[in-house]
Amino acid sequence: MVADAALATEVVDLAVTPLRELNQRLHDVGRTGAGPARWRIVNPRGAHAVACGLDAELEVEIDGHVGYYCAGMNQHASVRVKGNAGTGLAENMMSGTVVVEGGASQSAGASAHGGLLVVHGDAAARCGISMKGVDIVVRGSVGHLSAFMAQTGRLVVCGDAGDSLGDSIYEARLYVRGEVAGLGADCIEKEMRAEHVEEVRELLARAGIDDAAAEEFRRYGSARQLYTFKVDNAGAY
Amino acid sequence: MCGIVGLFAKSPELEQRLGVHLAAMLAQMSNRGPDSAGVAVYHDPAPPGSSKLTLYSADPAQQWGDLCAELAGTFGAAHEKSVRASHAVVLVDADAGEAESWVRSHHPELRVMSAGTVIEIYKEVGRPEVFAEQFRLTDLQGTHALGHTRMATESRVTTEGSHPFSTGLDLCLVHNGSLSNHNTLRRKLQREGIEFQTENDTEVAAGYLAWRLREGASLEQALEGCLDDLDGFYTFAVGTADGFAVLRDPIACKPAVLAETDDWVAMASEYHAIAVLPGADEARMWEPEPGVVYVWEKAVV
Repeated sequence: MVADAALATEVVDLAVTPLRELNQRLHDVGRTGAGPARWRIVNPRGAHAVACGLDAELEVEIDGHVGYYCAGMNQHASVRVKGNAGTGLAENMMSGTVVVEGGASQSAGASAHGGLLVVHGDAAARCGISMKGVDIVVRGSVGHLSAFMAQTGRLVVCGDAGDSLGDSIYEARLYVRGEVAGLGADCIEKEMRAEHVEEVRELLARAGIDDAAAEEFRRYGSARQLYTFKVDNAGAY
Repeated sequence: MCGIVGLFAKSPELEQRLGVHLAAMLAQMSNRGPDSAGVAVYHDPAPPGSSKLTLYSADPAQQWGDLCAELAGTFGAAHEKSVRASHAVVLVDADAGEAESWVRSHHPELRVMSAGTVIEIYKEVGRPEVFAEQFRLTDLQGTHALGHTRMATESRVTTEGSHPFSTGLDLCLVHNGSLSNHNTLRRKLQREGIEFQTENDTEVAAGYLAWRLREGASLEQALEGCLDDLDGFYTFAVGTADGFAVLRDPIACKPAVLAETDDWVAMASEYHAIAVLPGADEARMWEPEPGVVYVWEKAVV
């Protein structure tokens, strides 16, 4: 039956299938529009670049821990990692959804333009560095220099943020529920108005997080003093 | 790049197969460091009153028996414990420091890779898989071990420039990263009487730890001193007679992951070096915080 074939899950075992073959098969679906829409990847064993460069409305579930750059450059696909992810998770994502059930190492969502990244554990240093439109929701805490030079998009942190949050930030909006160890250059706390509470509520709902109240978050963003050069501020750079 | 692995056994079964697991972990880090590889293994303590030296000779015709006879003539008793490729482990009825100084002054053509009562250090240029084979790593048993795969940035690719570096009796250091103030610091440490055998940046970090420990610092204090006195990028793993310690620089450019089960504690530059261990899927895993010293010791675990 056609309907069953469309719903069937293609299982790929990385203990036997080379990584490049897996990624090529996933890319082929995007290129040709034909092939299974649901994929399950087993035995990733920390491999790098798993499910990178996807460009189709695929559902990809990865059973285990992944290495660097998982789901990088993602477009349209939904990728779920049932484990932890290494450096550069969903780096440069354009659209789609990436969910990690465990923790993520540094530079999660780096320079991502769109889509939604959800980390259910902690994210390490530089989460959302240079983010350009992605929405990131972290159920745990983020490390130092998160949202460094963040341009647009939203970062929601249910736990704490490390030092130098939002250093040299542009127009991204940052929401943190717990402690902020320190704000970076030109990043300030801002008033949490009704539209911001609504924004956090909507992002938490999209991330499937129902045990944090939007009202508990504080908002941080740019003081807009440093991102166009003024000679009077030279000492602050 | 460079890759680091560390494995601490919590069960007798794991101690029996320490070398097998160490070799597997090292092979996983091959792409991070294809130039050279090395390990420090803690096992088979020397009998009371004697000490253990790991020696390296660049001469394939090296007669270790002759050296042992000389050592025996000086200290009373000495014998060859094992020979693995270019390295030999020698047991001497003497204080480890004295035996080490004697070899350094009487046989400058040899290198003392390690001295103490439990540590053995093996290191060599070449791909990690080949190194593991040459040095028969899978035969080794032990309580804990550190390993390193090197991609050289700051100095030449030589046996001496490979890691681990000895930092004192039963102590060693492996490093992923690079230090930028090593020349200044080397000169300072030389004035304090610390000797260096290479131009390598990591050897300076090892010398720094040796100096701080000599001046009375605890291992934890010596490592915390690195945060102030070393300029550069580093993830360090330090092996001690009882366990190992891990430190990342405050910026945390270099990766590290830690994992623990009922049978072992492991650290590695990347998770896929841990994935080869039994029960890795169910291990508790976390990323060490930058600028924080982590220590595992037998008594603590």
